[in-house]
Amino acid sequence: MQTDNAYNDRVVRQFALMTVVWGLVGMLVGVLIAAQLIWPELTFNIPWLSYGRLRPLHTNAVIFAFGGSALFATSYYVVQRTCHTRLFAGRLAEFTFWGWQLIIVLAAVTLPMGFTSGKEYAELEWPIDLLIAVVWVSYAIVFFGTVFKRRVAHIYVANWFFGAFILTVAVLHIVNSAAIPVSLTKSYSVYAGAQDAMVQWWYGHNAVGFFLTAGFLGMMYYFIPKQAERPVYSYRLSVVHFWALIFTYMWAGPHHLHFTALPDWAQSIGMVFSLILLAPSWGGMINGIMTLAGAWHKLRTDPILKFLIVSLSFYGMSTFEGPMMSIKTVNALSHYTDWTVGHVHSGALGWVGLVSMGSIYFLVPRLFGQKQMWSVPLINVHFWVATLGIVLYIAAMWIAGVMQGLMWRAISETDGTLTYSFVESVKATYPYYVVRLLGGVLYLGGMLLMAYNVMRTVMAGQPAQSLIPAPAHA
Amino acid sequence: MDLNFLREASMLIGLVVFLGIVWWAYGPSRRARFEADARLVLDEPESSVVHKGERP
Repeated sequence: MQTDNAYNDRVVRQFALMTVVWGLVGMLVGVLIAAQLIWPELTFNIPWLSYGRLRPLHTNAVIFAFGGSALFATSYYVVQRTCHTRLFAGRLAEFTFWGWQLIIVLAAVTLPMGFTSGKEYAELEWPIDLLIAVVWVSYAIVFFGTVFKRRVAHIYVANWFFGAFILTVAVLHIVNSAAIPVSLTKSYSVYAGAQDAMVQWWYGHNAVGFFLTAGFLGMMYYFIPKQAERPVYSYRLSVVHFWALIFTYMWAGPHHLHFTALPDWAQSIGMVFSLILLAPSWGGMINGIMTLAGAWHKLRTDPILKFLIVSLSFYGMSTFEGPMMSIKTVNALSHYTDWTVGHVHSGALGWVGLVSMGSIYFLVPRLFGQKQMWSVPLINVHFWVATLGIVLYIAAMWIAGVMQGLMWRAISETDGTLTYSFVESVKATYPYYVVRLLGGVLYLGGMLLMAYNVMRTVMAGQPAQSLIPAPAHA
Repeated sequence: MDLNFLREASMLIGLVVFLGIVWWAYGPSRRARFEADARLVLDEPESSVVHKGERP
């Protein structure tokens, strides 16, 4: 029986295990489409398996299924531990699990069938969008309900980040998905033209800022201090970090629309705010990494800390690269090339992926009554395989991207025509696609090791209950 | 009222609020409380884990 003096870890266990499952699925689809760019007829021209349909399936699976499950698991775990109270509305929390899984399955069915609203990271059609809104509001009720009934005076900083992520994603999703349905499987955005593009990239960039950043910073502020057994480097910096991020992220979206029909002043605002964002991003990264100050030796022996700390290094790299790419003159070279793909993956594989994996490695033994993972050396192997994969991936895409940008803008000095045809740049990219596939295979291989390790840990243990501390010291 | 005035005012108010937060976070009188808040995650006892099947 579930007792009231224990935390509700059932839903945490469910989400934690599905994080691993969806990670495997999403990354496998990623590897498949990377292979399709090398061997275009790999899937025998079956429409359901064509690149254009699988690519949104890959992004939705890794962001919302893998990343989303990791965020649900960690936020439910952290909010209970830092509020010293059981999760609010247990039934509703259970609904968020099954609802979210249903959404993922619906996405996996409808996207290959070609049903899409055509908005990046928001491709799902309106009936699924409605279901997402219901599940998300339930998530907000469970999370904030738990915060409200906390037995600790202070709301720990991780909960501020998780809370901002939940609240903002609700607003973003509902506003950007506003559409007029014309049939069960087709709808049109209520916005038109440049406004539609601006709403989409207001959504798109803040999906990066709040889904893929704020939520995972919540993980960072809990799991790094826990694993390092030291308080965060500067709690006061974490307060400023939070508010600086909140005040600036919302305005950076227009950098996705440089040199388009969007008014020039809006593009400039997007660029300026993107440059300002460097400060809170690096402030947060330094705060996380410096938590280890005076205890760097732990990094040598503890593979979970390696995951968590190296994820922050990738966070720092991609949040430096991002503002640089938002500068119009740099963007003129980088936009529409594989440099963008490299940038996204240094954030996704390096930051979001590694911090999630580190957090799940922390959680699984505790959730299943074990002292540690079945094999700690295997965590270390996973770390190095994944890191090598990331480096190969992003280096290949950087070189490919800069090369493409230079080839596309090269103009003959004698007659002013383009030096290269488009297909010549595709041909030149070919070897880098092979290196990228290799990087992706390594990253997926690491995930397979994780799945095996998690499976053995779960088999060796059994669901554990952990008691809420007595009220005396609250 | 001119809409541009509201736009400019909201930006300035946002800036002042943010500077207020920085002042609040770094005020010397609140140093001790933030150090205590940071320890919140570490004070939680690991030994509270009891091994028990979830359902009877």
